[in-house]
Amino acid sequence: MTSSATKPRGARARAAIAAKTLRTDRWWLAPLATVIGLGAWITYATVRVFMHDYYWVEKYGYLTPFYSPCVTDRCLPEASHFGQYLPGWWIIPDAAFTLPFLLLFRLTCYYYRKAYYRSFWLSPPACAVPDGHASYGGETRFPLIVQNSHRYFFYFAVIISLINSWDVVLAFRSPDGFGFGLGNLILLGNVIMLWAYTISCHSCRHIIGGRLKHFSKHPVRYRAWGFVSWLNVRHMQLAWITLGTLALTDFYVMSVAAGWVSDLRFIN
Amino acid sequence: MGTKRQFRIWRGDADGGDLQDYTVEVNEGEVVLDVIHRLQATEAPDLACRWNCKAGKCGSCSMEINGMPKLGCMARMSTFEENETITVTPLRTFPVIRDLVTDVSFNYEKARETPAFAPPADLAPGDYRMQQVDVERSQEFRKCIECFLCQTVCHVIRDHDENKPAFSGPRYFIRAAELDMHPLDAKSDRKEYAQSEQGLGFCNITKCCTEVCPEHIKITDNGIIPMKERVVDRRYDPLVWLGSKIFRRGQVPQTFVTSEHSPGAVRSHAPSGGTHSHAGGSHDVKSETQAQQGVNWHREVPKPTAPAVDASGRLPLTELTFDRAAAPSPFGDDVTFPLPPEHLNFAHPEQDEKH
Repeated sequence: MTSSATKPRGARARAAIAAKTLRTDRWWLAPLATVIGLGAWITYATVRVFMHDYYWVEKYGYLTPFYSPCVTDRCLPEASHFGQYLPGWWIIPDAAFTLPFLLLFRLTCYYYRKAYYRSFWLSPPACAVPDGHASYGGETRFPLIVQNSHRYFFYFAVIISLINSWDVVLAFRSPDGFGFGLGNLILLGNVIMLWAYTISCHSCRHIIGGRLKHFSKHPVRYRAWGFVSWLNVRHMQLAWITLGTLALTDFYVMSVAAGWVSDLRFIN
Repeated sequence: MGTKRQFRIWRGDADGGDLQDYTVEVNEGEVVLDVIHRLQATEAPDLACRWNCKAGKCGSCSMEINGMPKLGCMARMSTFEENETITVTPLRTFPVIRDLVTDVSFNYEKARETPAFAPPADLAPGDYRMQQVDVERSQEFRKCIECFLCQTVCHVIRDHDENKPAFSGPRYFIRAAELDMHPLDAKSDRKEYAQSEQGLGFCNITKCCTEVCPEHIKITDNGIIPMKERVVDRRYDPLVWLGSKIFRRGQVPQTFVTSEHSPGAVRSHAPSGGTHSHAGGSHDVKSETQAQQGVNWHREVPKPTAPAVDASGRLPLTELTFDRAAAPSPFGDDVTFPLPPEHLNFAHPEQDEKH
């Protein structure tokens, strides 16, 4: 065993394997699907945000989450639940107080980081497939060190989820008073999934109880941590589901507002 | 009956090598390591491969099978197509010794650098009491078998060898997390250590470590991300930063290490009082008291000699790099088993009755 033939020597080389990767499965499928999925969603969202139209159904009080809260002076007054503070230039999104924080919340999210580091930045594209870059500093320095601020965007996301929830409550109406239809179910489903995504955040899991050293001394926080951990396992699924529900909700509100379809009403 | 399967296995050493083709018989229920062994028994008796338990518990037979780091003993042949050529290579991240055997010293060096469990100052080893909910998180990381698949797959060092000095790797991030979450660990600067010395910031959480872990430890979600969040608590929280500037605190007060039990707790629960007052039988009051106490972790016992260390004053990483055969004992070489009774902290209440 201790023969000189097997002793490590001074110059130590890795095995000379020419192939960059020897993986034979379709490792490129997941990053490709991510690029297509995120690319399509970002395109749709960008178009909708700068459309400045079809975001409010006056008859039933539906407001799309992409315009909530509507704070520029080009907003319809009845759609501005929280007042108007900004000039109505087309370059300013009508929900300018919330969209940047939502974008940053998702940009710094631990799941989305995995998704775009792999698929857009190729660092690495898949496990045991080489990094597409010559050097690598990770999140040790600017700008990527800013990813550590995820927690603060989580706090903003909670406030924004409250605003979205309030929009859902306000939408339970019709010209005759109380009422609800398919649009309400879509808005409600969307906001429930948004809450699930927000609560399942890794930073939330840490704040709610993960940072504790003694769970036994904090039984309530331990239970809350257990619940958030259960959700947290599904963070990736929730991240994609909420992209879907956001786009669906927005598209439904746009369709009703533009008069392409009429809302299916259950009560009034 | 077996079928013939195609294999390409990397043969060579640090001076070079290449993939060589083999046709091997494979029987139902076999794993890749079985095939390696059949090759050794037939046409390639000099094929080098590290293995031990064949049960996925020793972490020795780590190799790359069709480009993915896996345990040879856990890679079932039934997961491959019959006409598929299976490529087996050594771990890419570490220097090769020969064929499928690599020098994984990097990991042992990082292990040695990672600060060990820091015992609480006010508790003797036998007096530790912990609740299950408090140790559960740490226990997940104790499942680690140190196969180093997570270390070899991590692109931070796999694709960028120059990061090796600054980066400890996923296995040691979960070691840091295990100790930082330990209810009795007294060291309070593990977060700072993980960030500044272990290179936690290099990790961009692409989760390959979790994907390859044969023990299914949630390395990223339960170890690395909680550690990153704990670092945020200390280093990137503007409120904490502002507070430390204003109040000139060097550090956030350490997490308070507590225990419900005083050092004497064991003794108070041990059989004592009048029931066993005759136990010792000797007239030495001191040993009589000790016998009544049963376990006494504070009793002075003879100290063994120091362990055999190498020129750097530490235990050698492997026996390959040491000047004597077999691995040295970290407890010193004069320890014999069973331990002589006077070396134990346990005194049986009735120990003297037989004499």
